[in-house]
Amino acid sequence: MIAPGSTELTLPVASEYDIVAARQRARDVAKGLGFSLVDQSRIATAVSELTRNVVRYATDSRGEVRIRPLERSARGVGIEIVVADDGPGIPDVAEAMRAGVSGGKGLGMGLPGTRRLMDEMEIDSEPGRGTLVTIRKWRR
Amino acid sequence: MGRVPIVRIGDTLLATVQDDLYDRDALALQEELSAMLEQTEARGVLIDVSVVETVDSYLGRILRDVALGARLLGAHTVVVGIQPAVAVTLVELGLEIKGIHTALNPEKGMARLRRLLAAEEARDRSRVH
Repeated sequence: MIAPGSTELTLPVASEYDIVAARQRARDVAKGLGFSLVDQSRIATAVSELTRNVVRYATDSRGEVRIRPLERSARGVGIEIVVADDGPGIPDVAEAMRAGVSGGKGLGMGLPGTRRLMDEMEIDSEPGRGTLVTIRKWRR
Repeated sequence: MGRVPIVRIGDTLLATVQDDLYDRDALALQEELSAMLEQTEARGVLIDVSVVETVDSYLGRILRDVALGARLLGAHTVVVGIQPAVAVTLVELGLEIKGIHTALNPEKGMARLRRLLAAEEARDRSRVH
């Protein structure tokens, strides 16, 4: 059991092997926090989508995944995952969020799909300066 | 984690996924199934994903591509054992799964394959007459 407020986990991303590692760690943390099986699946899948974007698009496929438990009086227990890279960035975040399944390059379903799986998602990105995606889910 | 074993049972190929798949394992499964379909002239493919905890858009796409590819080689594919939590996630993710046949377990999947093949044979016969 991982107590809310315990320290943040930081996982390096450098190859496709880290996609599976990152989503399994996120699932473990979510399970420890008491998330339901369906929520564990949503969280693991969201982390898989975002980490794959790093492996596909970031410079040298490098980035990092940070996972931390949250506890807020208004929302209760939650989980926050930050997926960061210093790759080429997303030129038009709004467009990336609108893109459909057939986006072709793969970002298509990734971002809008990830948003639907989570309660909150923020994207901070600038061309040439990398991308920072923060997702949160609150325990029901 | 690793390769997905594929066994032939009569005219059906059974692939049982043993663990969460790396991308390259999913691609290898796709290629090996195509090669085995060509060699064995199997008419059905059953993919058991009952132990798979996470199906993201990538693996979902591979499963769909396997089914479409098998179709071009004259075989039907049934994906069996999708966990309920995975099913909910795939719907929310927005994965397009048109063209994928599914069943709750291998036994029902096998029955589904038999029906698909029987329907195809009935169509073939009606064309001859």
